[in-house]
Amino acid sequence: MTAAVSFHRVSRHFGSVRAVDQVNLTIEEGSFFAMLGPSGSGKTTCLRLISGFESPTSGEIAIFGQDVSHVPPNRRSVNTVFQDYALFPHMNVRDNVAYGPMVAGVGKAQRHAKAEEMLALVKLDGFGDRKPGQLSGGQRQRVALARALVNEPRVLLLDEPLGALDLKLREAMQDELKALQQRLGITFVFVTHDQGEALSMADHLAVFNEGKIAQIGTPAEIYDKPRTRFVADFVGSSNVLPPEVSERLGGGKRWSSLRPEALRLVAPEGARLAGTVTGLRYLGAGTRVAVDIDGTEIAALAPSGADIPGVGAAIGLAFDAGALHVMEEA
Amino acid sequence: MTRVSAILPERGLADRLSTVFWRRPKLLLLLLISPPLLWLGVVYLGSLAALLLQSFYSIDEFSGVVKEEFTLKTYGELFRAANMDIIIRTLLMSTAVTITSAFVAFPIAYYAARYARGRWKAVFYLGIMLPLWSSYLVKVYAWKLILAKEGIITWAAEGIGAGFLLDAVLALPWVGGNSLSTSFIGTWLVFVYVWMPFMILPMQASLERVPLSMLEASADLGASRKQTFRTVVLPLAMPGVIAGSIFTFSLTMGDYIIPQIVGTSARFIGQAVYQFQGTAGNIPLAAAFAMVPILIMLVYLALAKRGGAFDAL
Repeated sequence: MTAAVSFHRVSRHFGSVRAVDQVNLTIEEGSFFAMLGPSGSGKTTCLRLISGFESPTSGEIAIFGQDVSHVPPNRRSVNTVFQDYALFPHMNVRDNVAYGPMVAGVGKAQRHAKAEEMLALVKLDGFGDRKPGQLSGGQRQRVALARALVNEPRVLLLDEPLGALDLKLREAMQDELKALQQRLGITFVFVTHDQGEALSMADHLAVFNEGKIAQIGTPAEIYDKPRTRFVADFVGSSNVLPPEVSERLGGGKRWSSLRPEALRLVAPEGARLAGTVTGLRYLGAGTRVAVDIDGTEIAALAPSGADIPGVGAAIGLAFDAGALHVMEEA
Repeated sequence: MTRVSAILPERGLADRLSTVFWRRPKLLLLLLISPPLLWLGVVYLGSLAALLLQSFYSIDEFSGVVKEEFTLKTYGELFRAANMDIIIRTLLMSTAVTITSAFVAFPIAYYAARYARGRWKAVFYLGIMLPLWSSYLVKVYAWKLILAKEGIITWAAEGIGAGFLLDAVLALPWVGGNSLSTSFIGTWLVFVYVWMPFMILPMQASLERVPLSMLEASADLGASRKQTFRTVVLPLAMPGVIAGSIFTFSLTMGDYIIPQIVGTSARFIGQAVYQFQGTAGNIPLAAAFAMVPILIMLVYLALAKRGGAFDAL
């Protein structure tokens, strides 16, 4: 496997702020790679380092093995779907999509044919004559996608591509993006702060925190075996247990995590964990029950239909031996 | 528990008024826009209509009395060689001033819109607006001194041994003259200086509305800086450029003071209007002259619209 994108000790500082700090990263060709993190964690700066809108303060960035650290954006075989789509308002949809071939000097008939082909790919046939202002958010998103794909990039970058869409549309677009990536076989790198989106779409993901990569791996690895408290909490809002509690549960004196869905509500007598219910949040598919156990709040996800105790009730929590994940952080 | 009313008491006349306006929002709108509408509709458009009407009257050559009969005779007079000269001269000057202003203003506006932040933005606005605070006449007379034969430009040119260059410029046919202050070059320089803020501000406003991501998208798709400028920045800035050019163009077309103080004795439309309505008492011809810039502006706007200058609006 060739590395589509690789970072070698890459840093990007803005004044005294280390937006990206000594990041090493390899994105394999043909993968759907997600960069996940809260705002200000450096994920967007990393994306902009790949597209060329930022230059690294130190370190090297390579695309397909070639050092691009000092190559301007217009000479990189990488295209971007912008968060605000950045469609040109004075051009119709066809000319927007044909923009890449146009600046490359492709003739009108040929580039328009190419644009129509791309519009068909994103299911927008017949929209060529409209202006971006006449389209809905979802349609604009597709035009941005078609415009970025028209140059046949080897890596497609997506900056929070679904952030502005409503839930229903977002889920439909997630499936479509995934299918499109598998069909085209090119590398997709996308930035998101939505952990559900990252887990469901990506085949590999990197979790960013404070300019560094906290963990990198497959969605299952990240979800089941978080390495740090931050990852456990950020991805899937796991219960993070301090060393003393995990030791009592037989996990050694390190931080550990327990997924809310791995916990079952049982009678308090004889349970491994016992405490009082402090809060309930109805989620539709289940109810999140917050339990106070000797000052540590632990959340359990009770499936719908289960008996839900009231706030203040004494309750016990049970879990299978394998559910407790002891992290590397001591 | 005490019973609390769900409706709070009304406090005075202002509250009652605001309730009325809240229930009938159109009433407030009507009250707010009727004074400006009256001003625009009656005072401004009314006088424009009166002007238009006057331009269709003519003057009796012997008695000098205005004949209130509709005729195109006065418009015909515009096509006399002497009057045509005035129109063409004004048109060329306005075009030259507008084009120069656009070229000088663009980098300034671009810098202000794209790079100036915080304190530098304030410095920019101050720098652009400051010249507008002092009297227009003071500025024009100052320029007359600067451009005069004994002025600082001649002095400086001779001081650095570039006097021959100045002489060569002044020796140019049509635009040259005895000194800068008595040539069309001088008039042009002063016009460009005086109207510059009116070009910079609309340009800056339109450039400010071009998001950075649009320039990035263009580069991302492979465009060079030159291509991005031509296909994205310029079309998006065009409404501002047109707005600025309307200012510089129409202000130059109508001005009658600058060409009188700085420049040759040849007249511009503004001076012609001033003289015909004043000393000559020929209101119809003055009105016909005054219609010329209006017609030219309408043609200019129609052409700009056809050229797609407002597509980005």
